[in-house]
Order: sequence, then C-alpha cells, then structure tokens
Amino acid sequence: MRFLTDTWLVFSRAMRLSLRNPVWVILGLIQPILYLTLFGPLLEPVASAPGFPPGDAWQVFVPGLLVQLGIFGAAFAGFGLIAEWRAGVVERMRVTPASRSALLLGRVLRDVAVLVVQGALLVGFAVVIFGLEAPFESLLTGIGVVALLGAAVSALSYGAALRLKSEDAFAPVINGLILPVLLLSGILLPMTLAPGWLQTLANLNPLTHVVDGVRAVFRGEIGSSDALLGVGLTLALVVVGVIYGARVFRKESA
Amino acid sequence: MTTKVIQTRGLRRVYKTRKQEIEAVRSVDFEVEAGEIVGFLGPNGAGKTTTLRMLTTLLEPTGGEATVAGHDLRLDPIGVRRRIGYVAQGGSTDPEARAGEEIVDHARMYGIGARVARRNGEALIDQLDLDGMWDRKCKTLSGGQRRRLDIAMGLVHRPGLVFLDEPSTGLDPQSRANLWEHIRRLRDELETTVFLTTHYMDEADLLCDRILVIDDGAIVARGTPEELKRKVAGDSVILTFEHQRSTVVVAELASRLDGATDPVIDANEVRFQVPDGASALPVLLRSMIERDLDATGVEVRRPTLDDVFLTMTGRSLRDDTTTGPPDRAAA
Repeated sequence: MRFLTDTWLVFSRAMRLSLRNPVWVILGLIQPILYLTLFGPLLEPVASAPGFPPGDAWQVFVPGLLVQLGIFGAAFAGFGLIAEWRAGVVERMRVTPASRSALLLGRVLRDVAVLVVQGALLVGFAVVIFGLEAPFESLLTGIGVVALLGAAVSALSYGAALRLKSEDAFAPVINGLILPVLLLSGILLPMTLAPGWLQTLANLNPLTHVVDGVRAVFRGEIGSSDALLGVGLTLALVVVGVIYGARVFRKESA
Repeated sequence: MTTKVIQTRGLRRVYKTRKQEIEAVRSVDFEVEAGEIVGFLGPNGAGKTTTLRMLTTLLEPTGGEATVAGHDLRLDPIGVRRRIGYVAQGGSTDPEARAGEEIVDHARMYGIGARVARRNGEALIDQLDLDGMWDRKCKTLSGGQRRRLDIAMGLVHRPGLVFLDEPSTGLDPQSRANLWEHIRRLRDELETTVFLTTHYMDEADLLCDRILVIDDGAIVARGTPEELKRKVAGDSVILTFEHQRSTVVVAELASRLDGATDPVIDANEVRFQVPDGASALPVLLRSMIERDLDATGVEVRRPTLDDVFLTMTGRSLRDDTTTGPPDRAAA
C-alpha cells in the first residue's frame, strides 16, 4: 500500500514537471507522424516486391514505428534523471522512508503514460489518414506492447544514468546501443528483404521478434506463435529492466 | 537524564577504487545529546561528508555501528529515515518545480497527508522568511532563499534531529547571520537537535554548543568552543614575511622562546603559541634584527578555533589543499 502511494507521488510529481515543459512530449509526438507521412509512402511500392512479408505496407510499417517509439521515447529518459541527481532531488528523496523501487517506478510510469498517448495518436493517425486496416484489439495490443517496451527501456535507462551520473558518459552508451539495435530489428524495412547473414544477426536481437510479433498482431493473428513470442520477450525485458533499475536505486549512493 | 540522539562506535567507511582502497573514515566515535547544536568541523576531505552520509543512511558503513534518533543505522535504516531531516550541500529542488509543490511532495513521502503537508510547509515558509515564494519556481529564487527552502524541505516532517551539510557555504555574510538565527530558533523553539558540518571557524564558534573536530578520518578533538580554545595555552603569534626563506630561520628562533609551541610554517607565515605574546615578541624581534630578518606583518591574538585545529593537527583549517576522496564523486 505504502509502495503504491509512494509510486503515485513520484509519478504525479514527474508528470506535473513533464507537462510544464512539454517540448519533449510534443517532439515525441511529431516524430512518428513525420515518419508516417514522409517515409510511409515509399514503402507502398516496395510492398509488392518479392520477399516482402505478408500484410500491406501499413500493417508492416506501423508496428515498426510503434516499437521504435517505445525504444526512442524511453531510452533518453535517463538524461532527465542525471539532471535531477545533480540538483540533489534524487538524494533528497532517498533520505525519506519512501520505497526506493517507487522512486524508479513512479518515473517509469510517467514515461509509459506519455508513450501510450503518443502511441495512440500514431495509430489513430495511421488509421484515419493512411488507411491502416487492423482489428481494434490488435491496435490496442500494439499500444500495450509500446507501453511495456517503454517501461523496460526507461527502467534500464534510469539505472544506467544513475550509475554513470554524467551526460558525457551516458550519451555514448545510449547512442552506441540504440543504433545497432534499431538497424538489426527490421523496424523500417522488414528483415525478410535482407541477405542471409543480416537475417541471422537480426534474429539474435530480441527486438526483431517483438517487431515481428506486433506485425503478426496487426494482421489479426493475435494468438499466433510469432505474436506470443513478441509479447513474451517484451515482458521478459520489463522484468530485466525493472530489476536492474530498482537495484541501482536501492544500492547506489546517489 | 540526558538522551543520546546520536551514538556511534567505530564507524568506518572505505571507498574502493580500481587501484586502491581509500579509508575516508577510519573510526569515528561520538555522542550527540538531545537539543544540542553540534558542529562537525574539519578540512575538505577529512571525512565530514562521508560520516554525515553514513548517519543519514545514504551510505552504508564499512564497519562499526551507530544509533541515530533511537534506531540502529544498520538494522533499521527506515526507522532512522522517518525521524531525521537532511539538508544536503548541493540543494534538493528541481529548478522547474514550484517551491510549495516541492515542499508538499517531500512531506508526503514521509506519509504525511496533503493538508497537513501544506500547513506545515506554509508555516515553515513563513518562519524562514520565504513569504510569497510558495508559487515561485525554484530557479527564480536567490541563493539564500533556495538554501532556506532546502532547510524548509528538511524540516517539513518535523524531525527531532536535523543534519545540515555545510549550510552556509556560498551565502553572503548577511544571509549567513540570518541562517544562524534560524538554526538557533530550531533548537530554542522546536527543541530540534542540529548536527551540522562546516569548515568555517566562526560558524563553529558562534553557532555551535559543541564541536567535534575530524581530521584524516578520525575525531581529533571535541568540546565546547570555549573548552577547545582553552586547550591552546596562551596567545597566537603570526609573523608574515616577504620571502619564504626567512620563515625557516624565524621558526628556529621562535622555538627557543620560553614555553613556545613548535612553530608551524604556512607559506610565508610562521605561527606559534606562547604563554604571553606581548613579552615574547620583543625578544623574538630583537634576535631577528640581529640576523637582518624583517617581518612584513606581526600579529598577536587570543586563540581561535583555527589555532585549536592547528595545534591538534599541525595544519591550518583554512588550508583546503589536503588530498582525499572528493566526498560525493567517490561515492
């Protein structure tokens, strides 16, 4: 009970501050819409090429964008925490009896809430403007995966940030990880178009299976093995991320 | 019967870096009684902040034990956290947040309801002369106001024991005097025990009921400011020279004076204590003139806490060049 109250307190404080300076929220909203508008149309002709996975261009593209949103939207969350640490906010909270996991989870939930709004807008835009066709429950599942993925990535980001405590150390770590992970996940162009060696590499990346899973969901195959693997891997990432992040918050003499 | 608010036994902290182990705090034993203002004095790197961070549960001790506000530091850190307030050196508020919001949110993390939190917060804002600051963003407050806001945050749950880490660093003289007044009022009106670190002599002297001097990770002296100053017999003599080379010869001459302590050379200065400065000085000056040595400045004064520190450790407290782990970065 205490844990929930603490989480809520941290969440509402973080949310209030985010809404006060919504530049990042708005940028995060605009980005996927730019991708839809400026990159999506290029995919329509490609969709008839040999090797393109089942489903139409938008059923393939929108799941990729959702996963990208989940990763990009959350990976940089740690920067905000470094600023908070430097201002003494983290330490001030750590001398209160509040649960240390709540200090992490409240912030993670703020990021998740923002991602859910962004994901819903992205999907809504895709359906209304670009004629994405997918069952309603598929769309909801897609947004759910974004939320979970975002929770995992933001927990990892906070953990790493509180370990490194410096933007100069944190930025290369995040950039160094994200780019290869994105390139090897078939987010923008499906990996079925790739040569064999690249497919092999991509198969080692859990996010490839997350993207494939959401694509299966968007084709209406919610109970398929692809979909279950994707959702299962996402849940596993959440567990790993939260355990790591909570450990840092508990141990680190911030 | 007096109540011990803090009791430590052999408190110790070692930082491990890749290459070596640094013993930031070797062994610290002391007691603090209810309702005291205790000053924890020492040069940078002496182990002040490390000790403070252990007592506030931010840092786990490597060895030893302590009871803080009636709870064992190791066994019941949450019990300790509930009963103490902590005002860190580097601030505690988000620049974009409003002062009132930060106070209320902070109080609520102690399980205090929103209404009580607001009432306590407003009372503190008033007591700390922050009227009208409730809705201001923290970044718009002046240095002194922000410091007082930090203190308000540390007091909002009405703790019986408050830790203040270098409370007046970076404040102008007027804000410092003002802050001291507030700290005294904490003791007098709310019967709060205050434990503060400082490396300012005047702060320790004028504000604190009792002083603990830490050097090189261990307590080297303790007592009231008066007691400590009495330990330094006689007057302090300080001679300043144009060239450092004169200091060695003069130190040698001074050491021959009756009852003089071992002179300490500090850059271009020679300092020592003698039972009666006024009669010792002419003797010294005469022998200096015989050797053609000329002082650019001569000062005789009653001992200050700085002299106490000098006598205890052979170093000046003002000398911040001591090497040691930067307390925060090493954590």
